Amino acid sequence: MSVALLGDVGTGFDDPTHDSQRTFRAVLNAFAHPGRIGDLERTPNPAGPLCGASAAILLTLADGDAPVWLAPSFDQPAVRDFIRFHTGAEIVARREDAAIAVLSETDAGYLAGFPIGTDTYPDRSATLLIQVPSLDGSAPRTWRGPGIDGRIEVSVPGVPESFWDNRRADRESFPCGLDIVFATASRILAFPRGVAVDS
Amino acid sequence: MSGSSNDQSTFDGGYNYAYLDEQTKRMIRRAILKAVAIPGYQVPFGGREMPLPYGWGTGGIQVTAAIVGRDDTLKVIDQGADDTTNAVSIRRFFARVADVATTTRTADATIVQTRHRVPETSLREGQILVFQVPIPEPLRTLEPREVETRTLHALAEYGVMQVSLYESVARHGRIAKSYNYPVLVDGRYMMSPSPIPKFDNPKLDRSPALQIYGAGREKRIYAVPPYTSVKSLDFDDHPFEIERWTGCCALCGSSESFLDEMIVDDAGSRLFVCSDTDYCGSRTAATEPAS
Repeated sequence: MSVALLGDVGTGFDDPTHDSQRTFRAVLNAFAHPGRIGDLERTPNPAGPLCGASAAILLTLADGDAPVWLAPSFDQPAVRDFIRFHTGAEIVARREDAAIAVLSETDAGYLAGFPIGTDTYPDRSATLLIQVPSLDGSAPRTWRGPGIDGRIEVSVPGVPESFWDNRRADRESFPCGLDIVFATASRILAFPRGVAVDS
Repeated sequence: MSGSSNDQSTFDGGYNYAYLDEQTKRMIRRAILKAVAIPGYQVPFGGREMPLPYGWGTGGIQVTAAIVGRDDTLKVIDQGADDTTNAVSIRRFFARVADVATTTRTADATIVQTRHRVPETSLREGQILVFQVPIPEPLRTLEPREVETRTLHALAEYGVMQVSLYESVARHGRIAKSYNYPVLVDGRYMMSPSPIPKFDNPKLDRSPALQIYGAGREKRIYAVPPYTSVKSLDFDDHPFEIERWTGCCALCGSSESFLDEMIVDDAGSRLFVCSDTDYCGSRTAATEPAS
């Protein structure tokens, strides 16, 4: 039997209990107000390509009951070791086993295969963390839906056009669907399944 | 414990922060996020045993424990009142295990945990209203089987409830249901608003505050995001109406709040006063300057 040695696992939260509580409240607020940018005050210092915000959300939500799927660009020892050491979550190879997935904006064009829940249990669906370089600067789109007072203009640069087309089609599957959080170094923006994007 | 008469309790670091262990909080937090993403849908969660019996708010307490932080200010009400046994003991519990500031003022609270009322004071964006829910399934009295009600929700097939309301109209000439009045959330899921009087139902519609409902015995969490439509079921010719009465509060004189009937002596004399003690108290204080 070989022994898997951990490499550099990065640093987690300074204060796991309270930092994860604050992070959760920021994520909850983001889900309650889709399209509104939230700031994370306490972010860990992960190794590899994970950004601060997605690392903070992983530390807050992932554990032995919430397996993590990594897009190829994140599937490297530094990221795997960070997640396994700090959360104990299993890293799964198949999309359909994921509770949480980490992707980059270029991976967002193809999101098939993740669990979207069933008509009777729509909650059994994946939450996707999509890392983006920034949350402003591209042509804004108009979002409507629960949590939005009327409408809101949202700009998510770098996400391929096919993402928005697929998302529009997936809206027909409601209440099934994927819940998405866009993450930068310390900012987040939630895109839960109920939001409709004007074309 | 000091002998002070108020409910200020000292933080007891002998428990994990907010009583629940971290893994339980993560499980509840994941359930809450799914509940917010699917407004009105009841998310099953691994409800834990809490240090008080079912029926005393174990669901609401678990939701509050999963969201509360040291920056929060917590208000707890039972039937609108801050000074009832259930409200006092839950507020003391969180002051003791979560090191959180408590208040009776609705406007000052960031989290309001409630049993059977929605505060009269309008809630604002950023506040979270946590409901204690005994029976989360609105169809349960009409269909006892969970498999069936789950299928009815999947199909959005809510005719059985409309029939029930119609039978009420046929028998009583009006929809006689006065509390736990079923609502449709965002045009999709039928939801029990918990046993609040139907008087409070309009406050749920497009509220700027986030609503989270926790049912401890039934182990369900559901939510309504801010600015989300919450429509009380009715008929075109029997539209939903809240109760109206001619009396006003004997203490503050409000004719707009929900009133409790109090028996004040052995002769059966009665008095109507606001059920919301903070609302009533602040109105009384405004009209009677402190001496």
